[in-house]
Amino acid sequence: MVGHGDIRVVHRGGSKINSRQPVITQDSRFLLCASGECVKVFSTSTEECVHDLRGHTDAVTGVLLKPSNHLQVYSCSADGTVRLWDFTEGIHIKTYVIGYPVYSIYASAHHEGVIFVVTPMLNDKRSEVFQLVAVHLPQSGDQLVEALELSAVLSDVSSNPSAIGFGKGGEFIASAKGLHLEVFFFKKQKSYRFSLKEDNKKGGKNTFMCVACHQKEDCIATGHEDGKIRLWRNFNHKKEYTYSTLHWHHSAVSSLCFTPEGTNLLSGGLESVLVQWRYNQESQRDFLPRLGSAITHIAVSPDGALFCTSHSDNKITIIQSSVKVSAVIQGLVKGESVRTDLMVDPRSKSLVLNGKPGQLQFYSLQRDKLLYNLDIVQQEYIHESGLEQFEVVKAAFDASGSWMATVEERNQKAAELELNLKLWAFDEQTQSFVLNTTISTPHEARITDMCFCQAADSQTTMLVSTSKDGHFKAWQLSAAAHTEDEGPSWSCDFVGAYHGLVPERCCFSADGSLLAVSFQEVVTVWSPASWELLTTLSQPPQAIRDLCFGRLSCSKYLLGTTASKLLCCWNLLTCSLEWSTTMDVSLLLADPLTENMAAFCFQAGGTDLFVFKPSEPRPLFSHKAVCSGKVTRAIFSPREEMLESCEESSQWLNRSQLHFLTQYMDLMTFTTKAEEDRLLASSRQLVVDDSVAMTPFYLLLGKHRQQDTEDAVSSSLSSDTVPQSSAAIKQLLQTPAHVMPSTSYLCSMFVQSLLISVTDTREENKHAEEKMDSEEEDSEEEMEPSNPRPQHASEGGPEAPALTKAQLRELRRVRKQDHSWSAGFL
Amino acid sequence: MAEFKVHRVRFFDYMPTAIRAMAFNPRTERLAVARADGALEIFNFADNYFQEKVIPGQDGRAAEALCWLGQRLFSAGLNGEITEYDLENLRPRYTVEAYGGPIWSISSNSQGTLLAVGCEDGTVKIFEILEERIQFQRNLDRQKGRIISLCWHPSGTLIAAGMMDMIKIFDAESGRATHRLLVERGVGASKSREVVVWSIAFLSDHTIISGDSAGKVQVWDGLTGTLVRTHLVTKWDVLALSSSQDESSVVAGTSEGTVVQFQFLSSNVSQQAKEWVRTRTFKNHSHDVRGLAHTDTAVVSGGMDTQLVVRPLLDKVEKNTQESALRKIAFPHRSLVCCAKKAGLLLFQFHDHLELWRLGESNGHGSPGDSLPVKRKPEKLIQLKRKGEDHISCSALSPCGGWLAYSTVTSFRLYRLQNNTISVTKVSRLPKDLRSAQQLCFSSDSTKLFASSSRSSVLVVDLNQSECKYLHTLRPKSGSSQPVHLLCVSEDGKWLATANTDCQIHVFNLDKLKLHCTVPVYSSCPTAIAIHPTNSNLVVVHADQQIFEYSLVQKEYTEWSRKLQKQGLHPLWMERDTPITHIAFNPKNPAHIILHDTFMFCIIDQNLPLPEAKTPLYNQMTLRSLPESERIMHSHAFKICKNFQHLLCVRLLEDHSLVVVERPLLDILSQLPAPVRQKKFAT
Repeated sequence: MVGHGDIRVVHRGGSKINSRQPVITQDSRFLLCASGECVKVFSTSTEECVHDLRGHTDAVTGVLLKPSNHLQVYSCSADGTVRLWDFTEGIHIKTYVIGYPVYSIYASAHHEGVIFVVTPMLNDKRSEVFQLVAVHLPQSGDQLVEALELSAVLSDVSSNPSAIGFGKGGEFIASAKGLHLEVFFFKKQKSYRFSLKEDNKKGGKNTFMCVACHQKEDCIATGHEDGKIRLWRNFNHKKEYTYSTLHWHHSAVSSLCFTPEGTNLLSGGLESVLVQWRYNQESQRDFLPRLGSAITHIAVSPDGALFCTSHSDNKITIIQSSVKVSAVIQGLVKGESVRTDLMVDPRSKSLVLNGKPGQLQFYSLQRDKLLYNLDIVQQEYIHESGLEQFEVVKAAFDASGSWMATVEERNQKAAELELNLKLWAFDEQTQSFVLNTTISTPHEARITDMCFCQAADSQTTMLVSTSKDGHFKAWQLSAAAHTEDEGPSWSCDFVGAYHGLVPERCCFSADGSLLAVSFQEVVTVWSPASWELLTTLSQPPQAIRDLCFGRLSCSKYLLGTTASKLLCCWNLLTCSLEWSTTMDVSLLLADPLTENMAAFCFQAGGTDLFVFKPSEPRPLFSHKAVCSGKVTRAIFSPREEMLESCEESSQWLNRSQLHFLTQYMDLMTFTTKAEEDRLLASSRQLVVDDSVAMTPFYLLLGKHRQQDTEDAVSSSLSSDTVPQSSAAIKQLLQTPAHVMPSTSYLCSMFVQSLLISVTDTREENKHAEEKMDSEEEDSEEEMEPSNPRPQHASEGGPEAPALTKAQLRELRRVRKQDHSWSAGFL
Repeated sequence: MAEFKVHRVRFFDYMPTAIRAMAFNPRTERLAVARADGALEIFNFADNYFQEKVIPGQDGRAAEALCWLGQRLFSAGLNGEITEYDLENLRPRYTVEAYGGPIWSISSNSQGTLLAVGCEDGTVKIFEILEERIQFQRNLDRQKGRIISLCWHPSGTLIAAGMMDMIKIFDAESGRATHRLLVERGVGASKSREVVVWSIAFLSDHTIISGDSAGKVQVWDGLTGTLVRTHLVTKWDVLALSSSQDESSVVAGTSEGTVVQFQFLSSNVSQQAKEWVRTRTFKNHSHDVRGLAHTDTAVVSGGMDTQLVVRPLLDKVEKNTQESALRKIAFPHRSLVCCAKKAGLLLFQFHDHLELWRLGESNGHGSPGDSLPVKRKPEKLIQLKRKGEDHISCSALSPCGGWLAYSTVTSFRLYRLQNNTISVTKVSRLPKDLRSAQQLCFSSDSTKLFASSSRSSVLVVDLNQSECKYLHTLRPKSGSSQPVHLLCVSEDGKWLATANTDCQIHVFNLDKLKLHCTVPVYSSCPTAIAIHPTNSNLVVVHADQQIFEYSLVQKEYTEWSRKLQKQGLHPLWMERDTPITHIAFNPKNPAHIILHDTFMFCIIDQNLPLPEAKTPLYNQMTLRSLPESERIMHSHAFKICKNFQHLLCVRLLEDHSLVVVERPLLDILSQLPAPVRQKKFAT
């Protein structure tokens, strides 16, 4: 990313967690997975993200526990480095510079000081040919080490990390590519190569998909494109090798994994069923069906107690070895495309978009967590290719977030288009949307746009939908006509048309008094109160592509973009063109909180961003080449708290954040330097000192500690020796028994609260460590925006006075800067 | 290629019968296959899987088990008899009643001195093998329940017997049962049904491997009598087991038509400890696999679907050779159809009757590839049921259509046919010497009948209006004891050629009634012989697909034959997996030789150059697309037609029309009983 002023384009939230095989730690408490440019550490019991390991400057391509130290983890990245971390503390220990993009990483306990990585061919810059390279890690105390001792082990390997595996006792490594399986024996330094025929007469496709090696016996399991699993034996012979075939999957086996003792073999694929085969008793198998979507990776914890599966819908399922799902870690679901626009739910401030088929997902960007899915279609989704099923294509929220409209369509043949318009009311009691009205076939043809009247103070909510059938319709909530028990429902209020042209876009002005509907090259402005055509604005020759009213002080402006690469701004008071400029705007959107507008311009294969006020001729901010390809989906999301940035170029980010989707479906955002620094500081303190997962109980206890420290601070300042534990005792006595943690824990905490001085030295050490870390930390580092703790603080208990964020921050600063206060207690 | 009017015959309802049992003799590389109708077939695996001998069956005698003892072959069946076969005269030599009810299994010890049979009444009977006979020695301890399967330990001291619900190990010396291994029944509904140990293998390390009706293949330790391992292979029955010579691999055949291989592998490369691991699964059958043989390089399986399948083990053979190709043998390697060239009649041989058909007629003319309208439909003239218990071994129809002869192992019958009135008269007075024949042949003018009998001798019988007269017996000098399997008379009636399974070809001069010459012996068995009508050259095709032409006048190989041997045949020609079963000559063009196997027929033009190894062999389609002038350049001697498949017979009639008898495999498949029910994906 090109730095631009102090504003950068970053991945923040919503990255893929299913790109690589996750890793479960030795004690089965944490799950580590590569997510964008960082490694996320999740708690396996609570599904919460404990912390992120940040430092890589490109996508992380592999995570691997260090075989000789199960508390450390290697991560490799396309930036050409392998980093070693202490994942419990989140400390970056070492960086090994490889110098070539690394695509996957392997290690074995029997190869001391050597890791195996897959890189592009050293002498070949073509990215299609990869080789497996042994990297001898230099024994050096430095943090940044250049690994120079590289030796190629296998050439022409697959870049797919699951196509390579270490065998029993690290004696051999098996690699599959295309129709060949290659087994390299380290002792003999000899490799055997086995080939399969391209396909047999029965139509089976024999291409290798994945490899797994038994850890106790010499057996290699390979998964194939036609769903077969082959178990290879006797592969230290050129000719007398043999294999047996297992067949349950009907399409490609995407992942295979042996349990550590080798008693079971796990396999998964498109069927979204985890199959557990008994080793040597393959006719017996167990199934875990209905996992939601195709399995991409399978991992087993070192003690064999937990399995986890990655799924194609950006989900990790944690499964107990009794084949029972125990936890689900869900990332942002990204399909092939986002049919609905990106939206922000006004209530939860979460990002709303298409998720699983037929559903809308509500994703909290602040917490980087999926809040919930809302089933819109309410029909069983059938996993079969070529089947046309209902899809959510449009969705809209009203200003208060109490109504949501969705459009779903099914296009079985060109002639029969099935459309449903559904209106959902927010139910305060269940805190979710409830279906209020279903309108089947609201229009004759596909709905092109839909918007709610955004005026916050208007008495009635109104929805306008435009369609290719040449009409736009206004829908209004009306009281139930027939019986009392039915609540109010939605019905059509007005049908409008303009010279038989096809309406494309519609937009309400901020106060809801005007409705602009674009009919090809003509913009019509209507009064929703009387449904009177007020005026028409036109800018031939090309059709209007986007339409947008200005906000706040610029509400007299109506902006539109045309297909002829023109951005126009009309003044509605004079009904004339105020200004226009030539640019190929692919997306125009307005910030609901300010008068700013953002225009994404597609130019020469890349996209530029301009942020401007309609009333001012000069853009507030411009950013060349924010990404390659066209940006078609973006959204301004309101910030939880305003930034106090005074620099002119970053002021537009003070109240809202701008998120956009690239053509590769990566969710990107803009961040300022100040914001990053703030995140860096906050995340330092969020390192959980005893690695307790972020549970509600932890939050409860954590609050005690904060209170303790606050008390301590206040007492140190006032030199008062009132027992600091009074709050803790009160908490202990007043908390209902059923939400209390175990007595043993509370007891030790209680005792600890009486013995303050114990924590001091440790904390001092920790701070020292942190300081050292932060010096080495790359300044470009990206940090997770915030942690759920402040939000939970209000849920904890009514007795404890919740600290405001500002107070907390202040408190931390005091703690960090001044350690002398603790001296008084010694 | 010349143009022919083709009679495409599909009314021969030939139905091969199911394979019941199989035994492979690794020393002689002969495979004996027992069919459900009692017929026995001997395949020579050393000679391109050629079906050397067929011993016709008999009503009520179906072999349930087969056993080789050196060169001797024994069978036992549910009729309670043990039969030894006379492989030289292609008939049972003697039968011995075991007096134990139906016999389920037969097995010999590795020393070749004793034969054990398992009987319905629960006894294992030991027979001593004598030079000429077998003699009952004693019974082992009688058990409750039938003995289904038997296997000797290679040392010859122990016998393992599979029974209902259990396996017993007997001490062969004392006759006492030393171990009783209980076999678990199937789960679910089959829990209440007894489990049948269909097959058993006893390896030299005292490992016992059993296959049972619950679908399990179990590995037992025979010393301690403990179960080592259970492999659930199928939901249905495991019917057959066979182990390789070196005991490193065992195959199991199931009711689903699959053959599952188990291999004795060390689980860790460095360690010696080995275990039986299920490895490959072959699915080449649609029905039960009843017979299995594990040769050194291949798995041979056969069953209800009547086909014999040779599945090479790719780790034991060279890749992309003739040996590594899968082979399915569906049709016999001899002709069951006889054609009266002049009368346009076809004789179909079934094991229990003969059918005589008259070919249809058409007067239409059409362009190549058209089907002509039929003026007169083909009609079945006669269905002749055989007499006696024995099945028909051979039959012949004279070229004029006036004589019909067939033979079983015990009797010979000759009939006089009146074609106009469709009547059959049995010729009652036959020469005394003409008791039975292995091959029959009429001379082209229908005045002589040639019948081969024991020791490669050929009887010549003179046929008159209503009676027949013994003329002479032709005997080759070498005195081979093997039976004659091919007989051929020249068009002018001067020469008679015979071929026997010792690969010898003798040519007799019929004018002088004495041996004219013996063709130099080639290592492979001849599959078809014919004498050219004009230049008296003998054309021989062997099981390894080699073609020879031998001049009877000069008593040497012809120039063309030498050229062919020098240049070598086309690799694609050598790769064909069915033998040439008939040779004919085109009277219009003496340079044309017409050959056919199951999947093609071929006209060899001796005037054209032989194909190079690199040129395409099957080039008829490309030639047709070329302009006339270029065709000469690209054409070669082998003109192959694959329009007709599953050929049983191709004959050239007097009026230059071809008779092609097809028997599509699908028709055979559709007549088989329904296979076991199997869950198919997405049904």
